[in-house]
Amino acid sequence: MKKRTLIVAATIAVIFTGGIVWASDHTDAPAVTGTSLDITDLYAFQGANSSNLVFVVNTQGLLAPTATGAAAFDPNTLIEINIDNNGDNVEDLVIEAIYDGTNMNFYGPIAPSSTGLKSKLEGSVTAKVAVTPYSATSPVTATGANGMMVFAGPRDDPFFFDLNQYHKILAGTATGFNNPGTDAFAGTNVLSIVVEVPKSLLGTPTGGKFNVWAQTKKKL
Amino acid sequence: MKKTFSMLLAALAILTIVGSSCSKSSSTPATVTYYMGGDAIGRPAINTVFVTTGSKDSFNNTIPSVMEAAWQPKFQTQLMALNPGFTTDALGQTASQFTGLLATDVLNVSVSGTTTFFDGTNVLTGRNLSDDVIHTELLLIFGGSDGSANPTLSNDNVPANDKPFLSTFPYLASPW
Repeated sequence: MKKRTLIVAATIAVIFTGGIVWASDHTDAPAVTGTSLDITDLYAFQGANSSNLVFVVNTQGLLAPTATGAAAFDPNTLIEINIDNNGDNVEDLVIEAIYDGTNMNFYGPIAPSSTGLKSKLEGSVTAKVAVTPYSATSPVTATGANGMMVFAGPRDDPFFFDLNQYHKILAGTATGFNNPGTDAFAGTNVLSIVVEVPKSLLGTPTGGKFNVWAQTKKKL
Repeated sequence: MKKTFSMLLAALAILTIVGSSCSKSSSTPATVTYYMGGDAIGRPAINTVFVTTGSKDSFNNTIPSVMEAAWQPKFQTQLMALNPGFTTDALGQTASQFTGLLATDVLNVSVSGTTTFFDGTNVLTGRNLSDDVIHTELLLIFGGSDGSANPTLSNDNVPANDKPFLSTFPYLASPW
């Protein structure tokens, strides 16, 4: 058993050479690491009002409190939530967010004029909210005419994982996790957008489930 | 450079329009701004765990509808490298089935009822802030058909966030 575990750990170490960090999606790929394009996590859950679905896209992770005040959204980075409601994994609706230097402007949910890797802002702004400053004592929120609630600003990173012990397993200096483990994301922040959307705006999905994914895209 | 190229394209487009309609319209079409290339995520940690170094940007730029064909075989190779003893996971999936599910990197979200990555009963009906998604994924990768295999690798023993979440919008805890 011990030998097998060691083999597994050694195999992992071989595969992940090159200092790849296993977080959720934090710093997952060379082209986005350390930029405003880096998505850390996507969440989708039923709201406190069960007629709504909530989507959370977190970006620019591992912000120390001392770095959070200076962290900012990027007007050249589009944040897009894609929603497939007929099971073909092609987006039928998008919700887009773009920063203008003061406000986060939201578009949709709307059927995009084209699908895939290239996007443009679709339709007109459906909700906008001032980005909550780090110094704020309470979050700034707004509700669009379509009933969509929106938020943008720094929050605690909700992700939790004993990343450092995992590094030791990869490096072959540990054979397993500790109990209790230590949350490597404790005390760090992310830049979040949160939208709470009436389910009635999302259509009736085939088989009762939507397929959802988030993308960041850079201005061409 | 890029801008010059875009302007050339725009000029060509105008020429084409003018040429095809034989009109002498001098109006300039509104400039459309496009966005492309960046990060992508469906389920947590998929790119990081199942995509090998050197392919990660490529994975981020694969559209979900073609992901299974493009990535399932590579994911299966990676799964068997991570856990050579893998036969079936706790959901009863074979390596092929499990990696086929994961290769299409989208989050499945139920339109009604409980939304969770895994809560002991419901599986892949969403993702809550409080869901211990790493434990779930480690269990499926290392835990075998009943979750008991490789116990020191199948749980990182960090079951919750370091700050309580809010019960109302925007749900996420205030920053540190």
